[in-house]
Amino acid sequence: MWNGLIHLLPLVALLYGASAYAAPAPIEAELEAAGPAGTLKGTMLAPENPKGAVILIIPGSGPTNRDGNSPLGVKASSYKLLAEGLAARGIVTVRIDKRGMFGSAGAVADANAVNRIVGAVMYGDTSDGPWFFDLLKRGTDVSQIRETLIFGQNYAGGIPLDPAAAVAALPDDAEICGCNGIKKGRITGAIAGLGLKTVDEVRAHTKASASCGSCTGLVEQLLKAQLGDAYNPACVQPICSCTHLGHDDVRRLIFAKQLKSIPDLMQALEWKTSCGCAKCRPALNYYLLASWPGEYADDSQSRFINERVHANIQRDGTYSVVPRMWGGITSPRELRAIADAVEKFKIPTVKITGGQRIDMLGARKEDLPAVWADLNAAGLVSGHAYGKAMRTVKTCVGTDWCRFGTQDSTGLGIKIEKFTWGSWTPAKVKMAVSGCPRNCAEATCKDIGVICVESGYDIHFAGAAGLDIKGTELLGHVSNQDEAVEMIGALMQLYREQGRYLERIYKWAKRTGVEQIRQQVLEDRERRKALLERFVHAQHFTQHDPWAERADGKDAHEFAPLANLIRMEAAE
Amino acid sequence: MTVMEPFWIDIGKLEDIPVRGARVVKTARGCIAVFRTAGDEVFALNDRCPHKGGPLSQGIVHGRSVTCPLHNWVIALDTGEAQGADKGRVRTVPLKVEAGRLLLDAKAL
Repeated sequence: MWNGLIHLLPLVALLYGASAYAAPAPIEAELEAAGPAGTLKGTMLAPENPKGAVILIIPGSGPTNRDGNSPLGVKASSYKLLAEGLAARGIVTVRIDKRGMFGSAGAVADANAVNRIVGAVMYGDTSDGPWFFDLLKRGTDVSQIRETLIFGQNYAGGIPLDPAAAVAALPDDAEICGCNGIKKGRITGAIAGLGLKTVDEVRAHTKASASCGSCTGLVEQLLKAQLGDAYNPACVQPICSCTHLGHDDVRRLIFAKQLKSIPDLMQALEWKTSCGCAKCRPALNYYLLASWPGEYADDSQSRFINERVHANIQRDGTYSVVPRMWGGITSPRELRAIADAVEKFKIPTVKITGGQRIDMLGARKEDLPAVWADLNAAGLVSGHAYGKAMRTVKTCVGTDWCRFGTQDSTGLGIKIEKFTWGSWTPAKVKMAVSGCPRNCAEATCKDIGVICVESGYDIHFAGAAGLDIKGTELLGHVSNQDEAVEMIGALMQLYREQGRYLERIYKWAKRTGVEQIRQQVLEDRERRKALLERFVHAQHFTQHDPWAERADGKDAHEFAPLANLIRMEAAE
Repeated sequence: MTVMEPFWIDIGKLEDIPVRGARVVKTARGCIAVFRTAGDEVFALNDRCPHKGGPLSQGIVHGRSVTCPLHNWVIALDTGEAQGADKGRVRTVPLKVEAGRLLLDAKAL
């Protein structure tokens, strides 16, 4: 890593080249800085009117001094000439003698004995981070691997190592799963002690990788490091331990075998459990719903509680209520209805969400239908903030108000939301429309985003700003709003058909390829049309406000207790 | 030593609970979750997960287990024991079905 820096700097500096035009003589000053043992020395060369940053010139390998000369016979003064050339261009340079040599001889006892890592800055692929950190913590002597250190662990010894070695080298107290606080020793102990062979088993016995899943790769590496060839991750990851089938197999078989209910599916596909588990049932319910719109009878008992009662469960068992605010626009009437409901039902917290809506937190489950009835009366409907579904379309004010707006971004956002609301998707879908490339609605980190420009609309997708941070991919450019809405509908349908349950758009795009998606949604017009038709057909069955239905008495058993013995006791 | 005789009280009928679902019975000592499995077996447990107090009645019922809606602990309905790597136990309450009616032992509340 340090060697790389050393080689790079003179190269960067060379790009500036030398100049011949006359300028006042630069100021030359001797500099000193504290080193590990004594002082580091160097020369600063500063022109009279300096501009830009200071360039630090660190001599390359071997006994080379600050001017670029070496007692081994090099007298080219390359760094000195470089500094003078830069000074003539108005650029300040500092060139130093390396620690332990020449003017900096006192900085360390032996110039060749500085063999400890003191820090590392990584950019891009940071997978070698734990290895560098471990070398740093242990104060490992890196003299044998100095030359290849920058290339990371795989090349540290000159021979590429197994990537699992990176994880194998971590100390036992290194935290692997941040959600559940599971350390490496706990996992390796369980693998050895209980004979675990799969990530699922590690999850079941240690809870590692059982929550957000972002450490799954590390857990796999631990299994690989410990079991060697005995670790055989199945090519197809089963949905859960109830089946040997993966998500894609199940989706294919739903069509091939015309499976139209969860019991039929489990019987036909030889499920190992009598009625599945909390992992497979919601997935199957979604797949059947997406496969047979209008035909499949939604199984509410296979839905997570939030989707079953159309509100978000909170840590104390109360619920939050988020009405839709189309494109983030609201009105005095809506705000009054929200304020009234909050007071009437004594809802403790009202909060503005990141998706430009209002969240009422802490509502009692029994009150939900009545809260919804009041909100409905003011025209407010479910915002699906609880669902693996189309959530929000965030917008900026666009040409309505903004002096930079190029298009009616608010209007387009509302149009998109009116078209796509109610749609069930593999995982949540958040959108945004920005009225100009300044992108105030932050459309380029959304599942689907639109950036308005003078000539029309750039449609983006596959962004993320949660567990992962990722800018969007450009899907294509369209010239009018109708085409933008159509393309988004087609994109959502392709995602609904190909996405695995709980797989966000950016992960789906990574797995199946951005080009494949672009081809089907942008380039193949016939295909786009067919996708759009299927989306519109499915929407026909889902665009009914679930709050209105429940305020009207649907699923009343979900909200009322079976019996109230407190009242009975009081009566006695 | 005398054995406490159960005192059965009628809390509703079997059909009031959705198959693979649960309902809540409110008592002075907190809520009791009453479950009905796919095979029409019924179980009554304290409606509090031993992990963080999550309402088990809101979980997904599968086999003879329920998965807590807050952090996915799996609780066995017959014993109240947490499954897998999790350790903990939920209090169970005797419950039986007679002529389609659900009878809960009030003495055990």
